Amino acid sequence: MTAPALPASDASDPPDAPGASGREPGHRLRHELRAVHALVHRDLLRLAAQPVHTALMLLQPVLYLFVLGGGLAALIPNSSLGTGYQTYLFPGMLMMTVQAPAVIVGVRLITDRQSGYLRELLMAPVGRPTLLLGSCAGGTIVSTVQGTVLLGLAGAVGLPYDPLLLALLLAGMVLASFTVTALSLSLAVSLDRPEIFHMLLGLVMMPLLFLSGGFFPLENLPGWAHALTAVNPLAYGVDLLRRCIALRVPGQAATVGIEWSGLRPPLLLEGALLLATGVVALLWAAHRFSRPE
Amino acid sequence: MQPHAGDDARTRATPLTTTLTNPEATQSSARPVYAISARGLVKSYTGPDGTTTHAVRGLDLDVRGGETFAFLGPNGAGKSTTLALLCALARPTAGQATVAGADVLSRPDQVRRAVGMLFQHSALDPDLTTEQNLYIHARLYGLRRRHARLRVTETLETVGLADRRCSPVRTLSGGMRRRLELARGLLHAPRMLFLDEPTTGLDPHARAQVWEHLRALRDRHGCTLFVTTHYLEEAENCDRLGILDHGRLVAQGTPLALKAAIGEDRVVLRTGDDAAARRVVGRTAPPGLAVTLETEGVSLRVPDGSAWIPRLCAALEAHGIAVHAASATPPTLDDVFFHHTGRSIHTPRSHREPAASVPGATTPATEEAP
Repeated sequence: MTAPALPASDASDPPDAPGASGREPGHRLRHELRAVHALVHRDLLRLAAQPVHTALMLLQPVLYLFVLGGGLAALIPNSSLGTGYQTYLFPGMLMMTVQAPAVIVGVRLITDRQSGYLRELLMAPVGRPTLLLGSCAGGTIVSTVQGTVLLGLAGAVGLPYDPLLLALLLAGMVLASFTVTALSLSLAVSLDRPEIFHMLLGLVMMPLLFLSGGFFPLENLPGWAHALTAVNPLAYGVDLLRRCIALRVPGQAATVGIEWSGLRPPLLLEGALLLATGVVALLWAAHRFSRPE
Repeated sequence: MQPHAGDDARTRATPLTTTLTNPEATQSSARPVYAISARGLVKSYTGPDGTTTHAVRGLDLDVRGGETFAFLGPNGAGKSTTLALLCALARPTAGQATVAGADVLSRPDQVRRAVGMLFQHSALDPDLTTEQNLYIHARLYGLRRRHARLRVTETLETVGLADRRCSPVRTLSGGMRRRLELARGLLHAPRMLFLDEPTTGLDPHARAQVWEHLRALRDRHGCTLFVTTHYLEEAENCDRLGILDHGRLVAQGTPLALKAAIGEDRVVLRTGDDAAARRVVGRTAPPGLAVTLETEGVSLRVPDGSAWIPRLCAALEAHGIAVHAASATPPTLDDVFFHHTGRSIHTPRSHREPAASVPGATTPATEEAP
């Protein structure tokens, strides 16, 4: 789960001389990969160094799942959702778990800039896009790690521990984490104060979460809300996860998630759309980030 | 220009600067090339309201390899900006610079690989241990895992923090953090180290420790050190220094040469009647010298000051003014600073010059400055 696997350097490899210039493309690529790995490593170390923070971040979706889910399950008949409410809530809670650490990557970019840590990173002899890619990879992996912890609760909401199902959900979470991290970074590169970022998040995240289809089906919402869900990356993430569950556990897809004028996009298209959004956001962020001072 | 055998590793990567046609370059035998060479360096920022701030206004600079060079100047003189330009972190508005044999404009990555940097306000990850902080940085510089781990251990020992390798950075004292940052700058074994006010905010003991490490680096590894400071006693101990004021280099040379260039000792006489003594001294001393009345007595700047004391005393005795004490002090760096900038380094700058009135950015700096 750690980092992109690096080619094992053989013993005859000359030691990293300080003056070694990366003229050779392979050599250079290896250096850039090491920088990405360094940033991922930093994120994982930070995750391990702040167990309380991590536990608190995980607590919220767990509370939602069992307190809100448990309370409302008695009110909502299974027939209306095709499944128990807690089971219905599960993909939404996975998404909620994953988005929190992903969004924080953007905050960290801003605080790193303020503290001067970013300048230390910029001193490293690697391209600026590499640094942004490293941040994005780190955020994606940390989010997925936290999501995986919540995935362990699948049995508690009545889902089977089917390896393929877990693998599908894991892949879905990686994709969703990547997109949210990239979007967060693309916002953070043009902001210089964390307060503004926090304010924007407070303004935007709650409606996005409620309109993600994680808490209640979207089909009964008014038309304008449908328009919003069609551009809500969280809604695509939740829908993706829910349909992954439906693939392996029949009878789960009774509710409709994302609809484009009455048509459900294919599962793969949804995934591709999320990926494309993330890639475009990351490219744009890298472009902004690379502007010389 | 044949580099010495033991020095080939250092000079190998600096072929560009050998093209510099400077007579001095051929004289220094061990390191025939300049570690830093800048011509007409200009950096200006455009503020949000359309005004332009000229942080650096046409800087020419040469620093030899293995030399310890100090940048002396008050806050806001442009020291940090110059450093950012030299280590290829910021792009100059005009001019060019070659650092460690690479051009800062065309090969910024090569420059950054060859230099280490200690920022004025440095930052470490407070939640991670000293070892983790260093390891991440070593990997950022492209060191292989095993080599990175080795260098982390080595540099921690170099700065005397080997026993704190597992301590989170937030538990370290200010002096320890500064040393850790120094270790971080050394991870990739740079041939040149930029240090932006490395000892500001440290107590005298911690300051001495940092300098001890810096001197060891220079002596053992032949590191070129480029230090900015506003401590005169630190600048005094460097091989050469440049005085920066309002983004311009107003003087450069060895501390001794700079002080000798002023050539005037400061003579202070404490007498029974300073006001009368001032008139007498004014008549006795060579014409055109400013004789001032200061808190410690009558003061004037005159070449060969100690030789003047008996003459001045004799003149004062003749007028019946008792002389309680007389002293002649050779010029200090503060006097040098005063001489070139018109004020003491310890007094705050009186006003900000309107940026637009300075032609620094409008006239493109001459590439081939003498």
